[in-house]
Amino acid sequence: MKLIVAIVRPERLNDVLESLFRAEVRGLTLSRVHGHGGETESVQTYRGTTVKMELVEKVRLEIGVSEPFVDVTVDAIRAAAATGEVGDGKIFVLPVEVVVRIRSGERDERAVTPIVSPPAPIG
Amino acid sequence: MTPFGTLPASATIPPAIDRVDAAWLLVATALVLLMAPGLAFFYGGLVCAKNALNTIMMALGAFVAASVAWIVAGYSLAFAPGGAALGGLDWLALAGVGLEPRGTVPHLLFFAFQTTFAGITVALVSGALVERMRFGAWLAFSALWTIVVYAPICHWIWGGGWLARLGALDFAGGAVVHVNAGAAALVAASRLGPRRDWGRQALLPHSVPLVLLGAGLLWFGWFGFNAGSAVAVNDAAVVAFVNTLLAPIAALAAWMALDAARTGRVTAVGAATGIVVGLVAVTPAAGFVSPRGALAIGALAALPSYFALLARGRSRLDDSLDVVAAHGIGGVSGALLTGVFASAAWGGTAGLLEGNPTLVLRQAAAVAATILWSAGGTTAILALLARFAPLAADARVQARGLDVALHGEEAYGTGEGAILVLAPAAPPARTAELVPDGAAVEA
Repeated sequence: MKLIVAIVRPERLNDVLESLFRAEVRGLTLSRVHGHGGETESVQTYRGTTVKMELVEKVRLEIGVSEPFVDVTVDAIRAAAATGEVGDGKIFVLPVEVVVRIRSGERDERAVTPIVSPPAPIG
Repeated sequence: MTPFGTLPASATIPPAIDRVDAAWLLVATALVLLMAPGLAFFYGGLVCAKNALNTIMMALGAFVAASVAWIVAGYSLAFAPGGAALGGLDWLALAGVGLEPRGTVPHLLFFAFQTTFAGITVALVSGALVERMRFGAWLAFSALWTIVVYAPICHWIWGGGWLARLGALDFAGGAVVHVNAGAAALVAASRLGPRRDWGRQALLPHSVPLVLLGAGLLWFGWFGFNAGSAVAVNDAAVVAFVNTLLAPIAALAAWMALDAARTGRVTAVGAATGIVVGLVAVTPAAGFVSPRGALAIGALAALPSYFALLARGRSRLDDSLDVVAAHGIGGVSGALLTGVFASAAWGGTAGLLEGNPTLVLRQAAAVAATILWSAGGTTAILALLARFAPLAADARVQARGLDVALHGEEAYGTGEGAILVLAPAAPPARTAELVPDGAAVEA
């Protein structure tokens, strides 16, 4: 099992979700974060005050997957999130010791295997 | 009684200023002006947070661009003495517009009142185009549209043009303002194409309280819009004022009932929409129908707009904020129902229910002429503008949000990570010095 943490541009989020859905990756956690990846700062002006936004809005996805799904997930995210410009984000693949599905108590591989029921549409 | 503009100033009214009439028109002009921020909030709340400022600026920018065009040429083309199709050039750029009486109010004041109408009409169209149109293209469109589309139609009905001579009734702008804006919205939304995420992501209102605030301000301002259109303190003004209260109440009640019957729930966005539809529908009728007639118009007009909204949601048309359903369909309903409910006792002209079927036909002619001219003019202006620059923002700008990309501002920024730029000459601060180690995701 691996935990995949991906940080992507918010404007690519819909494409990433669609891509994951097509790759049949189910179950993810999403949070809105601020960060910096070396991209050019955007400049904003409020009356006489001009500021550079050093921190940029990003979206962090966390997805727990079984081994066969690791590359599938990484490829799906990268394909959808890449624009070719600095600031596209990162994908981290982390080892996981234990996973427990709270509802059933299932552990590890069984806990990250999607339940067999019609999935809710994503994106 | 004299619906404003349908008679030359000198025809029946002695040229003397009535102070009470002038005082009311001063207030009414300010009330109509309040509809601009009202509309801006109404639209601003209905879009995504990342486009909130752009949407508000589209409404205000349209108001300004249209007003400038109106002051320079539009007012003269609409109201200066001229022919059946178009007014003259006597009053270009405020020439000859002074404190002399026009009816019982100063000409300058009448001009100001009409300026707010021209501004708000184009602003209405923006609702069909928000979240994707380029700001500069929109400003250019607003100015051209005011002269090419709004001014002639305004002249036809209020400036003594051919529809006025035909006997079509439009108290405060059912055809001139709302049918006109709705037709332009339909054409422009089709021409511009859908928003980037339309059809795959539900594009939901980001602030429903803002929508309701805007609807409330619109209703308040609309008293000036409708009752001010009497251009006097007389029976017509009182009837129009009360009808502006009654028709939205009836429309809101009908809208809530439709909501409840269809889904079991009464929605807040639906309520705001119901108010606007009621206001739109009573606009052409305001001073021509009885209070009971206004109640009937409000309730009846809710139906076609409600189902047009549902149908639009399933169609391929990305009319972002349903200008076609609320203003186009609502305006057509109101204009035709004016022909049905017009009352000789209350407004001087008999309608279908009082045995005058021809009025409905005249109303239909006004609606058809307005739709044709508006659609044609809008098509031509957009085709012209598209030759110089793209009309829509590119997909990346749309994805990022028009606020940051086009205006360099955020509606709901936290200020985190904002570095003050003190002077243009200051060397750019290095990211590594500003972000603590480990806090940033490196490139």
